[in-house]
Amino acid sequence: MDEELERDERVFLMVEEVAQYDGALQVSRGLWKKYGDKRISTLPFLRVRILIMWRSGGSGGGLLLFKTGPSLPLFQAGLRPICEFMTFNFSMQAIDQVINSAAKTYYMSAGLQPVPIVFRGPNGASAGVAAQHSQCFAAWYAHCPGLKVVSPWNSEDAKGLLKSAIREDNPVVFLENELMYGVPFEMSEESQSKDFTIPIGKAKVERPGSHVTVVSHSRLVGHCLDAAAVLAKEGIECEVINLRTIRPMDVESIEASVMKTNHLVTVEGGWPQFGVGAEICARIMEGPAFNYLDAPVTRVTGVDIPMPYAKILEDHSVPQIKDIIFSIKKTLNV
Amino acid sequence: CGTMLTNISNVLRACAQRNGAAAVISARTYADFTAQATFEVKKCDTHKLDEAPATEVVMTREEGLQYYRTMQTMRRMELKADQLYKQKIIRGFCHLYDGQEACAVGIEASINLSDHLITAYRAHGYTYTRGGTVKEIMAELTGRRGGIAKGKGGSMHMYCKNFYGGNGIVGAQVPLGAGVALACKHQGRNELCVCLYGDGAANQGQIFETYNMAALWKLPVIFVCENNRYGMGTSVERAAASTDYYKRGEFIPGLRVDGMDVLCVREATRFAAEHCRSGKGPILMELQTYRYHGHSMSDPGVSYRTREEIQEVRSKSDPISMLKDRMLSNNMASVEELKEIDVEVRKEIEDAAQFATTDPEPPLEELCNHIFYNNPPLDVRGTHPWSKLKSVS
Repeated sequence: MDEELERDERVFLMVEEVAQYDGALQVSRGLWKKYGDKRISTLPFLRVRILIMWRSGGSGGGLLLFKTGPSLPLFQAGLRPICEFMTFNFSMQAIDQVINSAAKTYYMSAGLQPVPIVFRGPNGASAGVAAQHSQCFAAWYAHCPGLKVVSPWNSEDAKGLLKSAIREDNPVVFLENELMYGVPFEMSEESQSKDFTIPIGKAKVERPGSHVTVVSHSRLVGHCLDAAAVLAKEGIECEVINLRTIRPMDVESIEASVMKTNHLVTVEGGWPQFGVGAEICARIMEGPAFNYLDAPVTRVTGVDIPMPYAKILEDHSVPQIKDIIFSIKKTLNV
Repeated sequence: CGTMLTNISNVLRACAQRNGAAAVISARTYADFTAQATFEVKKCDTHKLDEAPATEVVMTREEGLQYYRTMQTMRRMELKADQLYKQKIIRGFCHLYDGQEACAVGIEASINLSDHLITAYRAHGYTYTRGGTVKEIMAELTGRRGGIAKGKGGSMHMYCKNFYGGNGIVGAQVPLGAGVALACKHQGRNELCVCLYGDGAANQGQIFETYNMAALWKLPVIFVCENNRYGMGTSVERAAASTDYYKRGEFIPGLRVDGMDVLCVREATRFAAEHCRSGKGPILMELQTYRYHGHSMSDPGVSYRTREEIQEVRSKSDPISMLKDRMLSNNMASVEELKEIDVEVRKEIEDAAQFATTDPEPPLEELCNHIFYNNPPLDVRGTHPWSKLKSVS
């Protein structure tokens, strides 16, 4: 964000608690000190819905989407806001404007009013934060045309995809993961450059393999790689694909892989019904890869319940590495 | 006088029902101590009200001891929770209430257990005043089967009869509170709902929508804004265009109350409850209070306020000290007697903590239960298609 704030004057950040609290999860630490009030707007702890003020007129067209909460100020005619939700659970209080004002506006205005905004923040399960703070919103947002939905896994993803999201002229929902904030990764020389971007809409094969395609996003990509390492010792070679973008989904990469391995397992943290895995299943069936499947697709998902608090229950509510291993073996019938 | 006696007997009845809390109910007064005394409390600022709560209030020795014990129990319980959190025995979110005890105790003193109450996530104190036991509350914090929500809710999701939590999303509980009040009115049982929120939530749209509906429909709801001066790390001056939270209801009458004084809160609540029960509709109370801890356990609480400020409130306005000084200087209790209560409270907390750390976690069979109410058992998908779990109501 620092690099993008430096590169383009129109970019600005609206975050709850960013100034004296240093951003609730410290993601925007230091930015206020560097860029000041004009570029970094701190919002009081409110989580209020968006107040929309339309300021239309002329070619310059003003669209001011002003959210007095996990903010969503969207100044058209120039500004490119980055709006942070303390977690995406709170975005539900503002979700009308994310969908009806951000996602649909360019379409409704027949091209007059683009909406270059990024909504970012932690998504999905954390540790011990219970039912109201643990939901995954990937499926909810990816359901809507007009939005791009991105879900980084490692540091390279986070940097490259966020920069692309900020440079993107359309609304991007950027789903981070709180438990990943503190995890360090090696970064290549190239990825450390200020112009390093990763294209939105392209998945990455994190680990090539020949026996089964394992598709995941966000934190669980790590779990899949761990499962793959265990299975490799038994002679099972998994091809692990990191989706990186949920919408538009890179179905071609998945299809190419399935046409090679003939088996597919999807892994996600969210609930099963109408989820990311469900969409992948549907798309595979509709495309050429279906005929290459030797077994039905297996979905590994969170348990279909609100997130419980007690540790033993929470541990059993999210996919564990052993669940992934079990599912892969079942799919391969070994 | 009649209502006062009713209130006293209600308080004592409530006290006697509480597990483990020894109620001092005595037909005779100890010859050494004053049975009751009159105290002066700060005048409440009013908004759209012709009258105000009394500034001279009477407190009996029994009431004083009960308030002291309850506040001390809440204080110690929160401090123990702090300890357990630092030991990582409590996980996730933990928003502590120490400093604000007078609010919960003062409110409960003027309502009945048959009334209703809903608040946000800084809820451990209210869970206690509404009838939860320290044991159940602490076991919920540690996520054990003996917890008030069987370990499934955690710090922010505790419930008991006529207490609707414990709500994690800022402000979302306020419309719910009005709904409870609507049910009260609809069922004609002369009950009311106390609906709490903080200075942070006070600027939200849904709060104002709720004000509107409550006033239109004359709902028996007491809106309570616990203004502890900071919404997370944002001071009220940086958050609100108007910090007169008691006036923000505009067409709803309001009171600004000294939230550090349990008697002031009690008196204001009495006034507010009467207003509601007489069918006049909603009323708003702003309780000016303070939290010693940060917003939650992950907030040290000193990056946006000074240690001096915290120390000053502690030394000049602590609700427990204030009550203690009043009782001692009016010869309503002895130092030893209060010390004895402290010892008993300490023991109760220790026992509860012991239970909370040794009680087993919930059984795995519980994982999928309580999805639906009054529903035939259903199958729940586990983490993969071969994991078929069971859910019973």
